[in-house]
Amino acid sequence: MSNLKTLGVAFLVALVCSIVVSFTAVTLKPLQDANRLRASSASLVEVLQTLGVGMPTTQLIDRVSGTSVRRDPGSESELESSKDIAGLGQVEDVLTVYELRTDGRLDLVILPVRGSGYKSMLIGYLALAGDLNTIAALTFHQQDETPGMGARIMEEEWQALWSDKQVSDQSGAIRIEVVKGTAEGVHEVDGISGATRTGTGVTNLVRFWFGPDGYGPYLARLKREAG
Amino acid sequence: MAFDNKPLLEPIISANPVILHVLGICSALAVTTSLSTALVMSVALIFVIGFSNTLISLIRHHIPKTIRLIVQITIIASLVIVVDQILQAYMFEMSKRLSVFVGLIVTNCIVLGRAEAFAMKNPPLPSLLDGIGNGLGYAWILLLIGALRELLAAGTLMGQAVLPLAESGGWFTPLKMMSLPPSAFFLLGLLVWAVRTIKPDHVETLLDADSSRSEGDAP
Repeated sequence: MSNLKTLGVAFLVALVCSIVVSFTAVTLKPLQDANRLRASSASLVEVLQTLGVGMPTTQLIDRVSGTSVRRDPGSESELESSKDIAGLGQVEDVLTVYELRTDGRLDLVILPVRGSGYKSMLIGYLALAGDLNTIAALTFHQQDETPGMGARIMEEEWQALWSDKQVSDQSGAIRIEVVKGTAEGVHEVDGISGATRTGTGVTNLVRFWFGPDGYGPYLARLKREAG
Repeated sequence: MAFDNKPLLEPIISANPVILHVLGICSALAVTTSLSTALVMSVALIFVIGFSNTLISLIRHHIPKTIRLIVQITIIASLVIVVDQILQAYMFEMSKRLSVFVGLIVTNCIVLGRAEAFAMKNPPLPSLLDGIGNGLGYAWILLLIGALRELLAAGTLMGQAVLPLAESGGWFTPLKMMSLPPSAFFLLGLLVWAVRTIKPDHVETLLDADSSRSEGDAP
């Protein structure tokens, strides 16, 4: 068989296959996006049910100043690579948070969080108790880590380890960390064996979102308001 | 032309790809934690192997020998992506539970093995039947192990309670080990043992280096 025919067959097979694959992917994308969105809101409702609380109010906040804003312009800012510990690249200027108050007193803040794990973006929610330092819950609803290893961050048993952990110590330094081996104290969470880099990813994303480029300014404002 | 059902029926029992050739066991171990995942995985594999065998058979005279494996894999991989996309759109929860294992059908040796050993040498209709037959042969093993594991690990079938659990007043204490991958190995091993005891000729065929066997199993 001539080289020309070999090339021709290879080209035709590749062409037909790529058309079929692209057509399927493009046609089904709206349905898949709707599914992901549903999974995300279902995950939020699940967090609330686990904690046994009602529906919170949605707040838009300016990421840099931490103040409340009316509308989200949808803009994003590049992160300097030295500050981008969660591997995000860029981050929204206006963030959505969920606050739950009883008689004006803050009970719970739910923060959407995301960051790079071992090989995928981990997306979830972090619920913070009224003292703004105690984690009430951490859940992930989207990831694509290694099944049976990093993907176990989706398991309730592991997520339950996060409740009642403290983010910062007395001095205000962020101490929360996923550790190898046995976790000791209120700042450490047991890592999943075989998933060190996923664990590091989770540590980094929590630290990033509590830091000055994440929800830091907003949380500082809430602390000032609480007195 | 008389209808030849040999390609369809043979791989189901007497030349079963999982029991006889011990192919495709990686996914067979991974997706058999419950009957529903085993069922969806089986349907996905039958779809892929049926179409890949037919398509490859249709163009078999035009596939250059030098690049035939690449052409086969391209066709198989495209079919797998299509199946994966459909699952993500219409069975989102299920596609999350199956995670990478739908994608790994690409590396399932049954699919490539049948393309290379059968579809390249036979007309489209027998190839389609051979694909479906091998798919069904894989499927019933998966369904059997899936059903046993789900029943023993949780006392349910397709998520429906079958055995009354001890914790809710029944008599059945779930065997948690059945939900872990090694127990699929044990069940599969027992099954192969049982079949080879009944049909000792299976043991002999181990020595014949069948073309699809020598490549070994994929992850």
